[in-house]
Amino acid sequence: MEGTALLGRLNWQLADVLDVTPETDRVKTLVLDVPGWPGHRAGQHVDVRLTAEDGYQAERSYSIASAPNGKHLELTVECLDDGEVSPYLTDELHAGDKLELRGPVGGYFVWEPPVGGPVLLVGGGSGVVPLMAIIRERAATDSDVDMRLLLSSRTWDDVIYREELERLKGGGLTVTHTLTRAHPEGWSGYARRIDGEMLAEVGPGPGDRPHVYVCGPTPLVEAVATALVALGHEPSRIKTERFGPTGG
Amino acid sequence: MDALMLDGNAVAGLLQEVFETEMTTATGTCAFCGSSMQLGAVHVFRSAGVVLRCPTCGNVLAKIVKREAEACVDLTGLRALA
Amino acid sequence: MSFVSRGFRGRRQPDADSARVPPGQYVTTDYPVLSAGPTPHTSLDVWDFSITGEVDQEKGWTWAEFQALPSEEVTVDIHCVTKWSKLDTHWRGVSIDTLLAGVGTAAEHVIQYGDGGYTTNTPLEDVTGGKAWIVYEYDGEPLPAEHGGPARMLLPHLYFWKSAKWIRGLRLQKEDEPGFWETNGYNNYGDPWKEQRYWGD
Repeated sequence: MEGTALLGRLNWQLADVLDVTPETDRVKTLVLDVPGWPGHRAGQHVDVRLTAEDGYQAERSYSIASAPNGKHLELTVECLDDGEVSPYLTDELHAGDKLELRGPVGGYFVWEPPVGGPVLLVGGGSGVVPLMAIIRERAATDSDVDMRLLLSSRTWDDVIYREELERLKGGGLTVTHTLTRAHPEGWSGYARRIDGEMLAEVGPGPGDRPHVYVCGPTPLVEAVATALVALGHEPSRIKTERFGPTGG
Repeated sequence: MDALMLDGNAVAGLLQEVFETEMTTATGTCAFCGSSMQLGAVHVFRSAGVVLRCPTCGNVLAKIVKREAEACVDLTGLRALA
Repeated sequence: MSFVSRGFRGRRQPDADSARVPPGQYVTTDYPVLSAGPTPHTSLDVWDFSITGEVDQEKGWTWAEFQALPSEEVTVDIHCVTKWSKLDTHWRGVSIDTLLAGVGTAAEHVIQYGDGGYTTNTPLEDVTGGKAWIVYEYDGEPLPAEHGGPARMLLPHLYFWKSAKWIRGLRLQKEDEPGFWETNGYNNYGDPWKEQRYWGD
């Protein structure tokens, strides 16, 4: 398996912040230029480190949103009310600043065309970020693999990448939304938390042996993984990425 | 369910820093129950150091304590690592 | 000078009295949760606490018996080896001196053990003489499971990994026995004022 940038020493690098663009009210995409960026695989993430003047440091991981062939490295960050790092990234950081990061890391939660399909992507809120990198990779490589995204968001306005997902739909890619807190008038889509019934309706059956990627808040990931196994999907084909609290 | 637990993939950076190679796709075998899994799928807990636990039996596979220039790693819970 | 992130402050208390903050620590106003494993949820009707090992008589208490012991409110500063410190934390619990009252021992070391398999070791003299408690209330409320409830050790003069969560007993020993983290790089004693974080510090 070609490692490209996966093997060897991992160093902290300084990225140039080119832009911070809003996706939704609470979510922004950081557009970065990383000198000497070795490239990445869809689904990988970077570790970001912030250092205060007195030397205090905080470190967090963020999934890469951009496809591997993207011009710049993009990270999509949701501002958490009680967050320490995310409010800095979404509200303070601006073009011209520098951001310390290392990566790409995490070969485990990766999809690329040789993996094949069918693929089921299940995300909650900002858990859609690495799944979007995967969807963008599929588009960039003109893949026609059966790929299905089931995305849970609080409201229609909270759906990250909403317009782009609408544009990319078709040619083997399906996008299904469920809105858990409120939905627009006339909404005929799902309006509840993801459960086994929804997964069975939306996803490929276990007999098709799909590659499944689940990403989002821990309770969602746990519930979805459990439901998928109960439906008969092979545990070894289900990859999870929990966005838990960071602690410390 | 434990809200604190993360997947092995979450410490991909730490693992690569310590082992100087991509580790989330390495396969580990639990010394207690014998199950095998990719390190990206183990259960991770952040304590004074990082603890990797077997997703099947919950026993400690590895402990990692990172200092400035070195790391202390206990892999006794892994019978094999490939 | 290494890179500084413009405008980043972090979630710290800027005006903390520096005399109360050990070297390399930062004061936090929240209470980070760190754990070496899943949170145990031991029900109070099976919980018990024991004093065992090199003692002339082993002792044990059920939850009801433990609650009936004289307890005290203590307010202390706590320091985690991961660099956060929290000042003026309020607890209620039973002093280790109360638990060891009348216990004859030649032991010099004590091992704390708890649900989930965690252990940590200290010299016996570091838990006696009014320096440590088994606490079951934090900020006036029953200690939450994620912070070590039903009961945990409170040993504030050492780094907080030396205060075992979900504690179930103390084993007094003549020999020292490095615990979960002491066997893997963390300092055997752990004095935050001497910044004894790791082996060799």
